[in-house]
Amino acid sequence: MINGISINMYLMLSTILFTIGAVGVMARRNIIILFMCIELMLNAVNLLLVAFSVLHHDSAGQVFVFFVMAVAAAEVAVGLAILSMIYRNIKSIDSDLLRNLKN
Amino acid sequence: MLGYTITQWLFGIISFLSIMFALMVVFTRNPINSVLYLVLTFFCIAAHYLVLNAQFLAVVHIAVYAGAIMVLFLFVIMLMNLNQDSEPQKTMVSKLIAGIIGGLLLVVLVGVLKGTEQIQLSQSGHSEIGLVKNLGRVLFREYLFPFEIVSILLLSALVGAIMIGKKEIK
Repeated sequence: MINGISINMYLMLSTILFTIGAVGVMARRNIIILFMCIELMLNAVNLLLVAFSVLHHDSAGQVFVFFVMAVAAAEVAVGLAILSMIYRNIKSIDSDLLRNLKN
Repeated sequence: MLGYTITQWLFGIISFLSIMFALMVVFTRNPINSVLYLVLTFFCIAAHYLVLNAQFLAVVHIAVYAGAIMVLFLFVIMLMNLNQDSEPQKTMVSKLIAGIIGGLLLVVLVGVLKGTEQIQLSQSGHSEIGLVKNLGRVLFREYLFPFEIVSILLLSALVGAIMIGKKEIK
């Protein structure tokens, strides 16, 4: 089904998605949205892994996507637990308020 | 159709949609709208997996991301009662700096990847590598040990989330 598409198009698409995620991490202060942008970056990498697995006719790339998904799920579970703990203590999810280590 | 095949049209439309939705995730002010746009982005990425003939991965992607992770995000946002008014905003200067740094990152990555060889994807005789039979064979033969390690990782994440989320640790 995918005849006529070169790997470079997938490289460009993944690059753009990864950059959007990185900009989101730098430009927003809501910690939940930072997590979502990290998910976006992980998904850009996943897409490229699948594209290269199709290019090389090798299933190993798609198996690695499973592992990335599992790590992302674990990260989100622990991250949101920490986040709800932060919210319980300082009643805010602003990442700029968390600077007790600064001075 | 203008010299493009149907697959190329499909790829172009899905790519455009996924980039648009990803931009909306970053630039929408209401966190709930951000989550919903991220779900749409994940559906577009699942459509990309279907175009790449990775059907099982597309189904797992929708089930895990749109079904589990994003519901968790929505739960947390609704528990904290976040909306547009409580949304913290960065100053204009730091947003501008973030945009400049992101643009530079994009320019560098595109510049590095632009000169690479144009290799066409083709699936002559290999269209079944994304099916569950093939993936299961690879996963349980060559990657059995990482698979077990991942189960331990998920278990420890579960225990960690419960320990952190408890009211007070005795």
